[in-house]
Amino acid sequence: MTIDSIKNGIVIDHIPAGRSLEIYHYLKLDRVDCSVAILKNVVSEKLGRKDIIKLDEVLDLNYDVLGYLAPDCTVNIIRDGETVEKRHLQLPDRLVGVIACKNPRCITTIEQGLTHIFKLTDRANGIYRCIYCESKA
Amino acid sequence: MNGPRHLIDILDLTPAEIDGLIARACDIIAHPADYAHLCAGKKLATLFFEPSTRTRLSFEAAMYELGGHVIGFSDAANSSSSKGESVSDTVRVVACYADIIAMRHFKEGAPMVAAMKSPVPIINAGDGGHNHPTQTLTDLLTIWREKGRLDRLTVGFCGDLKFGRTVHSLISALSRYPDIRFVLISPEELKVPSYIKDVLKQKNLEYVQTTDLEAVMPELDILYMTRVQRERFFNEEEYLRLKNSYILTPDKLRTAKRDLSILHPLPRVNEIAVTVADDPRACYFRQALNGKFIRMALILKLLEVE
Repeated sequence: MTIDSIKNGIVIDHIPAGRSLEIYHYLKLDRVDCSVAILKNVVSEKLGRKDIIKLDEVLDLNYDVLGYLAPDCTVNIIRDGETVEKRHLQLPDRLVGVIACKNPRCITTIEQGLTHIFKLTDRANGIYRCIYCESKA
Repeated sequence: MNGPRHLIDILDLTPAEIDGLIARACDIIAHPADYAHLCAGKKLATLFFEPSTRTRLSFEAAMYELGGHVIGFSDAANSSSSKGESVSDTVRVVACYADIIAMRHFKEGAPMVAAMKSPVPIINAGDGGHNHPTQTLTDLLTIWREKGRLDRLTVGFCGDLKFGRTVHSLISALSRYPDIRFVLISPEELKVPSYIKDVLKQKNLEYVQTTDLEAVMPELDILYMTRVQRERFFNEEEYLRLKNSYILTPDKLRTAKRDLSILHPLPRVNEIAVTVADDPRACYFRQALNGKFIRMALILKLLEVE
């Protein structure tokens, strides 16, 4: 199966197989006007199988979300058919308004308009904790 | 311009600042008359969204003994939160009337949210099962006065180590002093949360977990008892099953060190037999008194009164 190469846009590569729809959802790609291609279970030398997302426009993506969901993915920025930038993502220090605290005792469950914020407390194990109640994400 | 200084987590204070508060509290104990008017004209608001007796009364007594005044409420039902007002709005309003706020809330993180919006100092007087830094200051002052040091101690925590916020805060505070060994005694269901163990592991501190209080009793310099709190359980059956896990009796103290110090944040229900209070090693009523003095020192610090 082939997808046409893009002239200007973004290729999110090396997404762990099966996570592309989750990323599509969290990056709110259902709301963009450009073409979006999702490739699932592509054969990969590095990962065995991987997912890829292609966008035919250079959009301002939320790299914190992407770094949290797929910290080892690669983002290629394409202009005039050439890769002009290659970004290797990592876990962001903070997640603001991305995920919700699951602790029923947390103030976020009742305080109106309070943004859910998590901080990375253990990079080696990818552990985030709510800044208010310190519960694990 | 910097905002006001708050106390949300015991780790907001450096060890040097804690030493300073302990020194100030000891000076207050020695020379109470020197402090009797230092907060004249100042108001403390006690916002207690969850019932409390000793914490609220010790804050109020502390402010009165500094010559200040107290306003506030002691039950969420008597506050605007019962009408659905947010914590942020409540503190913005109360800050119009008070110079400093002590807040207890049943939701974890509520005092932090208050501090993000408040133009006056916020003191966390307990947020759910999370933190209780002024109890920790009380505990540290008590250990200091009983032992003369905050290092080189084997400290046993017994009872509800999962929901016991006083335990979490005191472990965090003591983890910054050298040669502290932690003995964590609880039923399986009430072990300390993983984030507390993460702190101990990251700092390479020695700790053991056990279910057997009597086996570790001879090792302890400090025994910190806690109550299994009904209000922390969603399930009444589980509370009833666990509430009698550990009951400290004179018989269990037979193998304890002669200079053991028994602390308890109070209220105790049945986890310490009434007769233990006659043992000179029982410190919990002296501990309650210390709570007033350290809160006086804290109020002075946050109000920047020299």
